[in-house]
Amino acid sequence: MSLELPRIPISGMTLPEPPSMPDLPVGQTSLGNAVVVGLKEIWAHKFRSALTMLGIVLGVSSLVAMSAMVQGMENGQREAMLAIGGLEKVRMEAQRVPVEQRHLRDMARGMTLADVEALKAGIPEIEIIAPEMRLEVDPTLQANGRFHRTFMTGGILPEKMRIMEHEVEHGRMFNDIDAAEARPVCLIGTGIRDELFGRPEETGTEVIPLGRTMTINGQPFTIIGMFKRYEGEQDRKQRLEREAERQRLLAEGRTPPKAQGPSRGQGRGGSFAFWIKNNTVYMPLNTMWHRFQAGLSNAPPEPRLSNIELKVRDFSRIEQTLSRIRNIMMVNHRGIEDFAFRTFEDWSADIDRFVKNARMSGGLIAGISLFVGGIGIMNIMLASISERIREIGIRKAVGAGGLDIFVQILVESTVIAVVGGLLGLAFSRFVVLGITWVAPTGNDPVITGGAMALAFGFAVGVGLLAGIFPAVKAARMDVIQSLRYD
Amino acid sequence: MPAADIDTAMALLELRNVSKIYHLGGEEIRALDDVSLDLEQGEFVSIIGPSGSGKSTLMHILGCLDSPTRGNVTLAGTEIARASARELARVRNRTIGFVFQFFNLLPKLNVLQNVELPMIYAGIGGRERRERAGKALEMVELGHRLKNRPNQLSGGQQQRVAIARALVNNPKIILADEPTGNLDTHTGELILSLFRRLAAEGRTVILVTHNPEIAAVTPRQIEIRNGRIAHQVDARLAGLDRSGGGDLPPSAP
Ligand SMILES: Nc1ncnc2c1ncn2[C@@H]1O[C@H](COP(=O)(O)OP(=O)(O)O)[C@@H](O)[C@H]1O
Ligand SMILES: [Mg+2]
Repeated sequence: MSLELPRIPISGMTLPEPPSMPDLPVGQTSLGNAVVVGLKEIWAHKFRSALTMLGIVLGVSSLVAMSAMVQGMENGQREAMLAIGGLEKVRMEAQRVPVEQRHLRDMARGMTLADVEALKAGIPEIEIIAPEMRLEVDPTLQANGRFHRTFMTGGILPEKMRIMEHEVEHGRMFNDIDAAEARPVCLIGTGIRDELFGRPEETGTEVIPLGRTMTINGQPFTIIGMFKRYEGEQDRKQRLEREAERQRLLAEGRTPPKAQGPSRGQGRGGSFAFWIKNNTVYMPLNTMWHRFQAGLSNAPPEPRLSNIELKVRDFSRIEQTLSRIRNIMMVNHRGIEDFAFRTFEDWSADIDRFVKNARMSGGLIAGISLFVGGIGIMNIMLASISERIREIGIRKAVGAGGLDIFVQILVESTVIAVVGGLLGLAFSRFVVLGITWVAPTGNDPVITGGAMALAFGFAVGVGLLAGIFPAVKAARMDVIQSLRYD
Repeated sequence: MPAADIDTAMALLELRNVSKIYHLGGEEIRALDDVSLDLEQGEFVSIIGPSGSGKSTLMHILGCLDSPTRGNVTLAGTEIARASARELARVRNRTIGFVFQFFNLLPKLNVLQNVELPMIYAGIGGRERRERAGKALEMVELGHRLKNRPNQLSGGQQQRVAIARALVNNPKIILADEPTGNLDTHTGELILSLFRRLAAEGRTVILVTHNPEIAAVTPRQIEIRNGRIAHQVDARLAGLDRSGGGDLPPSAP
């Protein structure tokens, strides 16, 4: 309805009762209006508001950054776990006869290919089974005038390639004839190439040492294949960046600086798994047996395996499958426990525990910082309402209800938190960059939408909570006293 | 003389035996002491008395800004003591317009926004608010200063903004507490003529002042001393009316 503003009657008036207002409820200040007033208040006290927001900004950004770091590490660990075959993988390792079975030591045969055959025949749940024979002492490799020791030298059956997810990028895999004749051939990882023939970064070109001779504990072998280079997402990115930089320098006619620092074995989390794969030397199991074991004076009558790795089809039934494997093995070994199981479940549980702990402690720090931020907001809102006692009195005199004032103060404190939260989200990128710069990790932090939403939600909640007390206080102020206040 | 004995018809504002008592330390201050008063629709009244006599206290109670310690206040048939804080806020918003001695404008808002304020709490939409505030400001001849801040205006202009704000929700009652107390004589007269106009339009206008010359403008004058009604003059009853309400019939409608 429209208001009839009083016009000035020239003379003789008989104005009836002024038209009454429509029945609108008081206490219905539009929220948009309150938000605008809140933003203006913040703008009017820029410096003060900025200081107040700092706690929220830090809280939100540290929450997001922390969660990004943990997520990055978790991703790295899971990536590494997948790279070596995932959860479905089970490993049996030869071990010494346990103390209580020492008297049976003579009867222990160790793990043999007969075990592999028995398991293959007896347990259909096994998808892949791959035996490996290693040297008892890490062998010394020599080629190109350089030496290198690696514990990842093994004699294998072709299945090993599948279970370890190896890919031959250069040359070829050994074939049945190589195996049957126990030929001195081997495949190497790029890490071995790096050590013996030089890294591409050092030599300037990628050496592919196919056909070259490498001795293993003095015995000459021909390198017939090289695996692809295994690396995590993060490492690949860094390597490609370095490569691009090098190309750029070359194109400008300058000599790129020699790459410094070893690219191997930081030993940290994920990259370790890739390092192991890159430092592998494989030869046919039969070659290993004939050239390194069979000739020895105390040689066993048949090849002794160092480990058997297998992959089950159905991870959800791994417990049953494991116990069946165990039964067959126990029968084969006449009850002597000269083998042990390893699964990656332990590792997986470790990752989970680590992630949980990191989240908890990071969340606690961020929570404290948000809490402090909340106290800051409450403090500033209390200061603000005592500065605005008169304003509140005026607003009430012209018809603001307690609820209107309550909502206004609450919205103002929430607006501070929302603005602080948004700044915090923006700032979290830089916090992440800062942390990775100060303490580089092998894993790229991953800022997730979930973490951002959670942190922002917390910030808004803190703003709301912090506003309640000042808002109640302002809403309850006495009109007359507020109007008299100077 | 006691308040006009107006029979059965309900007055717009009725005070019955109203007292307001403050306690300061052990001392009891009777700001209002057993005041009974009727104000009719369309009356132009001044409340006069020396400083500290209880005029402002009376005005606050008339305006539902404050509640009496004892006694009853009835506004348009509604008993104020029974009303909730929310209902009182509503009454202040719709039925009453205040004009204060120190203008009480919000310094951070411009003129237009100050006048819009009561409509915000009435839940009126932004477009209508601006339109109505603009009209109200034109009526007090400040249509050209909408974007100014209060501190960019003279005292008289600020008081006119305050009057526009008091009018914008079209209240039945205008309460003014020493509205000219902070203005020079000439400006004060301009403001008074505005009030006279409002009264002539049929609004109930209550003017609080300590100045007998200003009080002389209104047909009815209520004199307060020490919280009590000491004296009342009603020019209409005496046939002496020279105020803007002059065309009113001898008794209230
Ligand atoms: N909040 C209060 N506390 C104590 N005394 C008060 C309060 N408000 C008003 N008074 C007293 O009540 C009396 C009337 O005050 P007031 O109505 O403001 O007078 P006036 O407006 O006529 O100058 C004065 O003596 C004043 O000191
Ligand atoms: Mg006073």
